Amino acid sequence: MSVAMTAAAPQISIRRLWKSYGERVVLENLSLDVHAGEFVSIVGASGCGKTTFFRMLLGEEQPSRGEMLLDGKPWPQEPGADRGVVFQRYSVFPHLTALANTRLFLEVSGAPLLARLFGARRRAADERAMAMLEAVGLADSAGKYPHELSGGMQQRLALAQSLVAQPKILLLDEPFGALDPGIRADMHALMKSLWQRHRFTVFMVTHDIEEGFSLGSRLLVFDRVRNDPQAPQRYGARITYDLPLRTDP
Amino acid sequence: MKRLVNQRPSRGAALLLAALPFIVLFALYLQASAERHLENPEDRLLPGISQLVAGVNQVAFEEDRRTGEVILWVDTLASLERLAWGVGVSALFGIVFGTLAGMLPLARAPLSPFVSVLSLVPPMAILPILFIVFGLDELSKIVLIVLGVAPFIIRDIQSRVLEIPVEQLVKAQSLGMSSWQIALRVVLPQVTPRLVDSVRLSLGSAWIFLISAEAIAAEQGLGYRIFLVRRYMAMDVILPYVAWITLLAFVMDRLLAWGNRRAFGWLYTGRKAEEGA
Repeated sequence: MSVAMTAAAPQISIRRLWKSYGERVVLENLSLDVHAGEFVSIVGASGCGKTTFFRMLLGEEQPSRGEMLLDGKPWPQEPGADRGVVFQRYSVFPHLTALANTRLFLEVSGAPLLARLFGARRRAADERAMAMLEAVGLADSAGKYPHELSGGMQQRLALAQSLVAQPKILLLDEPFGALDPGIRADMHALMKSLWQRHRFTVFMVTHDIEEGFSLGSRLLVFDRVRNDPQAPQRYGARITYDLPLRTDP
Repeated sequence: MKRLVNQRPSRGAALLLAALPFIVLFALYLQASAERHLENPEDRLLPGISQLVAGVNQVAFEEDRRTGEVILWVDTLASLERLAWGVGVSALFGIVFGTLAGMLPLARAPLSPFVSVLSLVPPMAILPILFIVFGLDELSKIVLIVLGVAPFIIRDIQSRVLEIPVEQLVKAQSLGMSSWQIALRVVLPQVTPRLVDSVRLSLGSAWIFLISAEAIAAEQGLGYRIFLVRRYMAMDVILPYVAWITLLAFVMDRLLAWGNRRAFGWLYTGRKAEEGA
């Protein structure tokens, strides 16, 4: 598998990327190639630029220097439907039922002006949304509002909502960080099977190293290598380890 | 014996305690009224029950000799119409400009400072200007309510929109939603129940502006009537009018709260769930 993947051009290509806020350097000289279908876990101490990097992948932040390419084109300057996202919290809409949350992408892509579907198109969208809810094990809760769902179920819903859009890349920011250990294990299994079935690229930021090892096909460790005690803002973080992982269970 | 901070009234006791201030106030009034009537049976300052009943009867159930209309209903209708227009237009401004200022940094830059300054202008101070510009008719009264209430609602809605977690807005964009679609499907549905709350809070000041405007220039209206009969010290009309206005305000507030609860169940059960957690 790895041979086939390295033969193709990388989906994501990052060259000599720097990010700084004024004097403060957050990321320095990052270079990285990621192929379609990789599951990249990102770990590192807090304040080491994981989140900044994540926000750049989303398009919320732009690099200060360097190059970021998606399929050979400059990285989009804002979030878009090619990159799905699940945050630790607030990833679903509290005023919509599970079904309506999942259907939302189909409605907004099918009706630019009203952002709602009616009649046969609505029924078709409901069917697709239900199938996705079934895939994440939420078919019985389709009519419930997010606050009626447990933390784990809310994250399942957030996944379903993103996957309906069939994103090329799925961005996960500590998606299971707020869950109980047992539920987290269930979510890992679900995440793995969804990834193996749909083969989208995944970036997952986590501070649970074990989770990073067990879930990804590749592990990136972000850390500050150089440190000047006189000027702690002088140096940013780099990728200190880039480990390929065995993905088969 | 539990600490005072842990002692709660039972249901019945709570009802009784709620009624207590009203009963005390009413008793004190009757007492004072009786004392004044002992000295002067014709006293008009603190009318007794029979005088009040006669006053209510005269304004609420008998046709006016001059116009042939029942005064209270004419006044109520006129006032409620002005109030509805004023508050309605304010709510419309509030949801439109508040959402714009909350969602779009480009709209916030010019709107937010302007609305903040506007909300500091005392509306009563520019009432003369309104009378000069818009005349003494309905329009100037409605504009007064709008000027007094709309800036508050706009600012309230703006801050409510800004309270929506940024994660939700990023998620919406990651579903490919345009700014218009985000407004339609994400922001407005979550802000509408807040608008109703905001309107409830501003009803009190809307009444103040309404009655003030009516007191100065009107031919009918609840505020107009109170200030008109003041000349004859007709407390037997003023007191029922005040009670009637209070009742109207109370009913409006309850109706809005009830409607909000019914229409936006997701919000209220959500709040309960968060409090329970």
